[in-house]
Amino acid sequence: MTDFAGSLPERPRAGEIEDAMPQGIYPPTEEMLNEPVDPELREAQAARLRAVWAEPPGWRYWSAVNNSEVGAWYSLTAFAFMLAAGVLALLMRVQLSVPENDFLSADRFNQFFTMHGSAMMFLFAVPMFEAISILLLPAFLGARDMPFPRLSAYGYWSFLIGGIFVLSSILFGVAPNSGWFMYPPLATEAEGPGSDIWLLGLSFIEVASIAAAVELIVGVIKCRPPGMRINLMPLYAWYVLVVGGMILFAFPPLIAGDFLFEMQRSFDWPFFDPERGGDPMLWQHLFWIFGHPEVYIIFLPSIAIAAMVIPTAARRPIVGYSWIVLSAVGTGFLSFGLWVHHMFTTGLPSMSLGFFSAASEAVVIPTGVQLFAFVATLLVGRVRMIQPMLWIAGAVAIFTAGGLTGIMVALAPFDWQVHDTYFIVAHLHYTLFGGMVFPIIGGVYYFYPFFAKKKMSDRLGKVSFWLTFTGFNICFMPMHLTGLQGMPRRVFTYPGDIGWDWLNMISTLGAFVTAAGILVFAWDLLRSKKDQPFTERNPWGGGTLEWAHDVPDLGWGARSVPYITSRYPLWDQPKLLERMDAGRFYIPDAPEGLRETVVTSAVDAVPQHVARITGPAWCTLWAAAFTGGAFIFPTFHMYPPAILCGVLAIATVIWWLWTSTAQVPEAPMKDAGLGLRLPTYVSGPRAPGWWGVFITMLGDATAYASLIFGVFFYWTARPDFPPDNATHADPAFAALAAALLGGSWAMTRIARGVNRQGDRRTARVLLGLAPVAALAGGAALVLAVWWPGLSPATHVYPATMWAIVVWTCAHIGVGAIMQLYCLAGSIFGKLTPRYDADLWNTTLFWHFLGVTCLISAAVIGLLPRVL
Amino acid sequence: MMRRRALLALLPILLLSACGGVQSVLGPAGRDAEVIATLFWWMLGGAVVLWLLMNGLLIFVSRIDRRPYSPRAAEALIIGGGIVFPTLVLGILLAFALSEMPRQREPGSGLTVRVTGESWWWRVEYLPDGASDPVVAANEIRLPVGQRSEITLNAHRVIHSFWIPALGGKTDMIPGRETRMSLEPTRAGEFRGQCTEFCGESHALMAFGAVVMEPEDFAEWLAKEAEPATSPATEEARRGAAVFRAEGCGACHAVRGTAASGRVGPDLTHVGGRVSLAAGILPMTEDALVRWIRDPEAVKPGAMMPGYDHLPDADLRALAIYLEGLT
Repeated sequence: MTDFAGSLPERPRAGEIEDAMPQGIYPPTEEMLNEPVDPELREAQAARLRAVWAEPPGWRYWSAVNNSEVGAWYSLTAFAFMLAAGVLALLMRVQLSVPENDFLSADRFNQFFTMHGSAMMFLFAVPMFEAISILLLPAFLGARDMPFPRLSAYGYWSFLIGGIFVLSSILFGVAPNSGWFMYPPLATEAEGPGSDIWLLGLSFIEVASIAAAVELIVGVIKCRPPGMRINLMPLYAWYVLVVGGMILFAFPPLIAGDFLFEMQRSFDWPFFDPERGGDPMLWQHLFWIFGHPEVYIIFLPSIAIAAMVIPTAARRPIVGYSWIVLSAVGTGFLSFGLWVHHMFTTGLPSMSLGFFSAASEAVVIPTGVQLFAFVATLLVGRVRMIQPMLWIAGAVAIFTAGGLTGIMVALAPFDWQVHDTYFIVAHLHYTLFGGMVFPIIGGVYYFYPFFAKKKMSDRLGKVSFWLTFTGFNICFMPMHLTGLQGMPRRVFTYPGDIGWDWLNMISTLGAFVTAAGILVFAWDLLRSKKDQPFTERNPWGGGTLEWAHDVPDLGWGARSVPYITSRYPLWDQPKLLERMDAGRFYIPDAPEGLRETVVTSAVDAVPQHVARITGPAWCTLWAAAFTGGAFIFPTFHMYPPAILCGVLAIATVIWWLWTSTAQVPEAPMKDAGLGLRLPTYVSGPRAPGWWGVFITMLGDATAYASLIFGVFFYWTARPDFPPDNATHADPAFAALAAALLGGSWAMTRIARGVNRQGDRRTARVLLGLAPVAALAGGAALVLAVWWPGLSPATHVYPATMWAIVVWTCAHIGVGAIMQLYCLAGSIFGKLTPRYDADLWNTTLFWHFLGVTCLISAAVIGLLPRVL
Repeated sequence: MMRRRALLALLPILLLSACGGVQSVLGPAGRDAEVIATLFWWMLGGAVVLWLLMNGLLIFVSRIDRRPYSPRAAEALIIGGGIVFPTLVLGILLAFALSEMPRQREPGSGLTVRVTGESWWWRVEYLPDGASDPVVAANEIRLPVGQRSEITLNAHRVIHSFWIPALGGKTDMIPGRETRMSLEPTRAGEFRGQCTEFCGESHALMAFGAVVMEPEDFAEWLAKEAEPATSPATEEARRGAAVFRAEGCGACHAVRGTAASGRVGPDLTHVGGRVSLAAGILPMTEDALVRWIRDPEAVKPGAMMPGYDHLPDADLRALAIYLEGLT
């Protein structure tokens, strides 16, 4: 037992104002937990909590930000997009059912397959993981909500707006038609707004995806219940951590690629044009550095669902918990070293092919360990074939087939034969249906009683399973053969005399059977269950915290946040439910009328802080709408409204942050229950907000690193980079920029220190000067390339220099706004020497930005002289 | 499970009927394709066994014998099935595949064929050993049997991929860089190749005939291919040649030995001698030629060539006869 009173983890330096630290007793003793709660108090607490966590009534429902509402909207929207993309697939199958068909024109077919792939990847597979995780994660962790509920809502609205924008282009016949991989020069030269819709619409959605990933990672790291050490987390939380991390490092290279691509489309900067020193291969690298981890980003969450279902079906804890965690992390790492297997036919040196072949095979091992751990759990358990297990078994049957063909295609010489044929179409659908669709549907059956408090039909579930399973195999099994017979992918028609016709006809029939199965599932999911009785609280007999939920739903997540000592608390901790319901555990009350959740330390889950989290608001919807405008208007080359939207988006976000985050609390500490007093405000690494900034900036730094990778890629791949007699950036201006930006960085850091010491005046002066220095530094950076006359449309060398400057300046703008935000906070009393979280976060942002600026200045000012 | 079994029983029949075909990986006519086809049959056999074991085990533990086994057995399963076994099998597979890779990439000797991907057709240039000027052709690849020929690949505007499944693997053609591969045919015959990198609207309609010939037949054919076009033999054909001149076809197409020297479209010097028309899409017949020239857009959406539907039928027919006679 620790008495917090005397143990401060970090002693403040002399003169600094002390942070409030936890006080009291932790962990709780059995006696404390046994002490009964006064029934009257218990009822009063419950009433207050209910009021605080109530869903907004009437039309205000849509201003909700709680994870249960946002998660439900998010997953239903992703499901709707999946059905739309599925309809496109069926139409394509109709076109391909007979040779030389004219049901769809070539251009329409090309739009359809581009949109089918793009929508399934960007509008279904990744968002579905995030949606389900937003819905479930707080429940797995006994938390009240996600750490940043308004960020979830913002992400959702962005996803909805972006998704509708991208998908609806198909109705106007202007959808992107260059494939979901958008290879230049085909996609850069494509006429019409299709490519721009893809680039800008999907970049917008990628930003929302990254936002959700940041929130999920922070949720897992900081919002676990007291006592849930990192090795006691449900496996799902581990997978969220791994997949969140992968999104964070995989999406930014694509965003950097999108940025270069759109610069070429809009302003003719020749990044991918070989005639002006560009190289289409750079896009392929950036795309697949994203694209391959993407496959595992889709696959691992479904494994995570299986990891929750299987122990319940086996009625015992999972076997090989550590093996599974290590394998998940290993898969995550390896997945970043496989991208070249999508480029085996591009003529790369045999050495690279050998390396990536071996790495691609190596990923079989962690994947196999995870699957065998599941089988092993079933082996040592007493298995009950609950309905969701049927889908998991189907998933294993399909996924192993896809995995086995994966072993084949990972061998470069075999891939030379089957690459871009229907063999690959079959392979990837086997892995994605088995590794995503089946486990997700199984997960929906399993978790439906959790989020809807009703059960889905066993009978319809069986019908749906057998239709989907047989239909899928009828559709995709023959495609292996179609591919080996030489039929390439992405063809809108084919001749009748090659032997592909009957295979295609079978596939089309199978596709419709699959669709029937999915429809039965959709009907079972969406049909009204008003007349059905509520389900029991833990219908499958699971052992993890989500089954401690209330039936019917009460919105507060957990009546009180429990103290956890086991991986399966409902199995191993007697009286847990009773005590949770009685409000015996932490934060059982909401006396201030604020939404709160417990924040704990990253590894040992020692309680640190009661976080005040944000409630219903419209500003998230407005912020998403304006951000959408900033991305969507440039698609049609309408720049003034785009700039206006961008400004409004920034203003809305500032208003949102100003009015609801890092608010000065009414008291520095509050009673959290069980004799523990926790601070109501923390700043720096103990605050979820600081982690949010840190994780976001890791992603941002990855995007920047991808741009710098581009410079070195051109330098090594192209003899004319930089061209002889090229104009170089001005080194004096670059040095001036480095000095000014370094100064701004230093002033921000010093401002944080002096503010902490109580010297608000000096802090304000520094925070006033820092943005001036930052903007002057940005101007110097622009002058460094503008003054000598680097013309970005002439050659890829000046274009990359300009791209680095544009990217850096955009970040300098954000950095300056953050400094001014802190200045305003200090003046208007939102930021004080004691309550300085905003300044900590701004400083952290500037640590990343400062390094970025120095590298940018060095690359444009020094590098050309070194090369 | 019944349906699965029925499907599995059907599989061998499907596979056997599939081995043939002019564009099939499983009907190899080249050294590389033969190795890969054999590799595939071995891997397929192994995959079927492994699939049955894995899923059999799953059915066994969940349906047949639900008794709890000891955790030791579980651990053995994870380590044996997840680590030891795959490491062994993958090691063997990789050792084979990686040693095969350099063999398939060996430089060819004797003949070099330079192929350039256009939208949506193939510019083909033959460079026999020692020759300085290439023999220009289009939309058809001819290779001698029994020797490894070098193939260099370029692309004009967008990325394409060059593939003759019966002979060996594919390689992408990328604007701004030259890629290469080599092929070693082992039996003579007519095959089909196709573009396998999505390259725009009519990607599906970018194929070609691939003809493997005995070395002496090939030498004879190449010598003839190098010659200028034969002059039209019949009255009808001469009329066609006049239409060709009058309509300005020579601005885009070359017919060596005449004034027509365009480089934009395919070389037509020996067009009538090819096995197919319009990049592997139509048979080389008079009717197909008429159909193509009258309205290329209807055959190949987005094709650069304008339509000549304003020409009277007789002119179109004469043109077709002229072109078909250019053997």
